[in-house]
Order: sequence, then structure tokens, then C-alpha cells
Amino acid sequence: MKKLMIAASCALAMFAAGTQADERNLRIAFDVPYEPFEYKDENGELTGFEVDLAAAMCEEMKADCEFVIQAWDGMIPGLLARKFDLIMSSMSITEERAERVLFSEPYYNTPGGWFGPDSFNADVTDMGAMKGKTVGVQRGTTMDTFVTEEMSGVVTIKRYTTADDMVLDLEGQRLDVVFVDYPVGEQTVLTKKGFKEVGEPVKLGEGVGVAMRKRDKDVAEEVNAALRKLKEDGTYDAIMKKYFAYDVKV
Amino acid sequence: MPPDFIAAWLNKNDIFTAMTIMEYWDGMVTTVQLVFLCLIIGLVFAVPLAILRTVKNPFVSGPVWLYTYLFRGTPLLIQLYIIYYGVAQIPGIQETFWWEIFREPFYPALLAFTLNTCAYTTEIIRGAIISTPHGEIEAAKAYGMNWFMRMRRIVLPSAARRAVQAYSNEVIFMLHSSAIASVVTIVDLTGAARNIYSRFYAPFDAFIFVALCYMVLTFILVFAFRKLENHLLRHQRPVGS
Repeated sequence: MKKLMIAASCALAMFAAGTQADERNLRIAFDVPYEPFEYKDENGELTGFEVDLAAAMCEEMKADCEFVIQAWDGMIPGLLARKFDLIMSSMSITEERAERVLFSEPYYNTPGGWFGPDSFNADVTDMGAMKGKTVGVQRGTTMDTFVTEEMSGVVTIKRYTTADDMVLDLEGQRLDVVFVDYPVGEQTVLTKKGFKEVGEPVKLGEGVGVAMRKRDKDVAEEVNAALRKLKEDGTYDAIMKKYFAYDVKV
Repeated sequence: MPPDFIAAWLNKNDIFTAMTIMEYWDGMVTTVQLVFLCLIIGLVFAVPLAILRTVKNPFVSGPVWLYTYLFRGTPLLIQLYIIYYGVAQIPGIQETFWWEIFREPFYPALLAFTLNTCAYTTEIIRGAIISTPHGEIEAAKAYGMNWFMRMRRIVLPSAARRAVQAYSNEVIFMLHSSAIASVVTIVDLTGAARNIYSRFYAPFDAFIFVALCYMVLTFILVFAFRKLENHLLRHQRPVGS
């Protein structure tokens, strides 16, 4: 009887492993809206650069994917709590994050951009000219880290959870300048009258990678292989051209 | 625990370094300032408003009723958003002297918190005033006290005794409500915790520590109010205790 049970459970395990290899179920989390990476179009459909890339990646991996919406604050806790399996929500690869999650190879990198009102004419790299200015950043972004490390003590740093709140304070003249992910600034600040880019974009960090749980090493291998394939066969470039006028490929 | 044990623990700890502890401390100072100021100002305005609220003339009590109704009927977060972001959208505000006050997030937050706690405190004191036993008022009248003297000598002191327990709750709620100041870029206790969380991605460490900070503050408040109650309500204690 015992032998039979062991045999049965072995068979079951093999069967389970067999189906898993055929069709992997993956839940991928996005924080919306973050145009043009992930947002809802006028029909309420989830779309954007990362959403399209995720769909192409799933097809390449022959995985059955489900897209989940998760607020940024709960991203990593949600991943670790198995609410979803992958994060493809513009998560920049940093040392601190890499201690908690496993990153794929980077799949895009956008610079941080300086945006301010037309009247702003200080040089953002000149600490003397920036002294006493108020700079807005999104909390926990690589832009936040950059400003905190390079400029604390010189400028007043205000941290925001959403880009919308930050832009509202820039319009209300509570902020002199914001340092934000370039495409976000392009979509939210430059579309408004009276605002311009006020400094050279700064390339920060390694770029953005797919975040996974540390134990999911096999998934990471598949993700990396799929991303490499997409970058080579032109699928990546086609998706990129749909959303960007400039190069974000790494 | 000996201090060198704590030093050793801080050394091998990524999150609770001297720098982050200082951030929490600065946050605690901001929280205490904000809550203390709004409670004091709120209480000062609540006493006359509560008296006006008990006046029979509806043209006097009506506006106060409307004010408490509005501020108790809407979430504090919405009030803060309206005051902080709304004011910045008024055309031309940036050129007036008001902007000096409303530019920084501290004063809009203080204003929102004060208006909110003042509304609740008004209702607490009003409740205490109208529950003054009739006998006490009649006795005061029999002694020939006028309205003002009755209020000062009889009604308000006994109302204060009845209001203190409900008011201690309001104070603790206000301390906890002040956590939402962090959404308008104020680095209070919660703001410090959110900054530290977003840097280290350690929600348990960052938030449990801040929860303990709030608990310590609450404990101090509870202790202070118990002393105050013992003092104000000592006539209610059984003989010989």
C-alpha cells in the first residue's frame, strides 16, 4: 500500500511538472497610470510599452499570463506575498531592491529629466545656483536617490507619492523644479503651457528590469532568454517605436 | 539593555542607523508640534463656539451648527487636499502675502487640522454644557448670578469635568489623524517612515518602529489625561480611596 502511494505521488509530481513545463501561469503586476509605460486607454484596456512588451514576452515564453494592477507602495511586498509573480512596472534595478528581489537583465533605461517653469534659468548642475531651491521628486525613485545623495543640504527636497501631486505643486509654484523620469515629465509637465526642460537629462543606474522572487531562478532564466530574443528579432524595436520618439533600449 | 549592546545592534543593522533614527526624531518633533498647536488653537476657539451653539437664537447657533456639520461630515484627508491643493489653484494667490503662509505645507495642514479638531471639540463641549443639571442653574439664579457669572462659575467648570474623558479621545484621534500630513510632503513621523521604507523596502521595520513611536506618544497622553481626570473628578471618588 505504502509503495503504491509513493508511486502514485511520484506519478502525480511528474504529471504536475509536465504540465508546468508546457504552460506556465504567470501573474504580472503594473502600477497604473504611468504613461506611456502602463495606462488604460479610452476603452479602459490596459496598454503601454511595458504591457505590450510583457504580452510579447509571455508569447515567447509560451506562458499563460494574467495582468494585475498594484499600487507602487505595495509592489515588492505583494510580490513576496505571492499575490503575483513578476513586476514589470518600470522598477529600476538598485542594490537595495536587489537584496529583496531577483532582477532580470535590464529591458529599458530612461534618463531623469529636469523640468521647471519658463522663468527658471539656473544651471541644475551648479550647486551655487541651485542653493535654496525647492526640488520635487517621486519618493523612492532613482531620481530621489540622486538628489538625496548629490544635493541634500543645498536644495530643499520634497518627496511625492504620485507624479500628479508633484506636478500640481510645480504649477502652484511650491516647487522651483522637478527631477522626474524623462517620459513622465514629457507627458505631465511639457504638455502644460509655461513649462520647459531646464537641464540635460541624466542617465541613472542600470535601467529597469523584471523583478521576481529570489527563489524563482528558473523563471528568471526564461524571462532573460525571451527578452534577449525580442531585442534581437525586432519585436522590441517595433513596440518601442509605438511609444517613444527616442531610444530607451539597453 | 546596556548601551554598547544597542550600539552593536545599530552597527550591524542596515535600517536603524544614526541617520534614520534622526529622521524619525525630526518627524516626531514635527508631529508633536503640529498636533499640539492644532489642539491648543482648536480648544481656544471651541469653548466660545460651543457656548454660541447652545444659544436659542438660530441665527447665532445655526452658523456654528453648519460649521461643525461640514467639518465632521467630511474626511480630514479631503479637507487637507482642498486646503493644500485648492488654495494653490486660486488665480493670483502667489502674488499676495497669503502665499508666504500657504507655500509651505505646514500651515495648510495646521489650518485643516485645527478646523477639524475645533469642530469635534465644539460638539463635545456643547454636549457637556447642555447636560448641566437644571438644579445647578436654578440654584445659581436663586443666588442672583447673571448669565455671564453662571457660565463662568457653574456651567463651564462642571462641563469641563464632563467633557474631559471624551476630549481625551479626541486628542488621541487627532494624534493618529496627523499621520495624513505626510501626503502633503510634510515629513512627520509617518512621512519619515515612508521615506525610510521607500529607501530600504523593509515595510515591517520602518512601519512597526513608527507604530511604536505613536504608541509611546499615546501612552504619554493617556497618562497625562488620567492625572487630569483624577484631579478634576476627585469629588467622585469613593470616600477613603
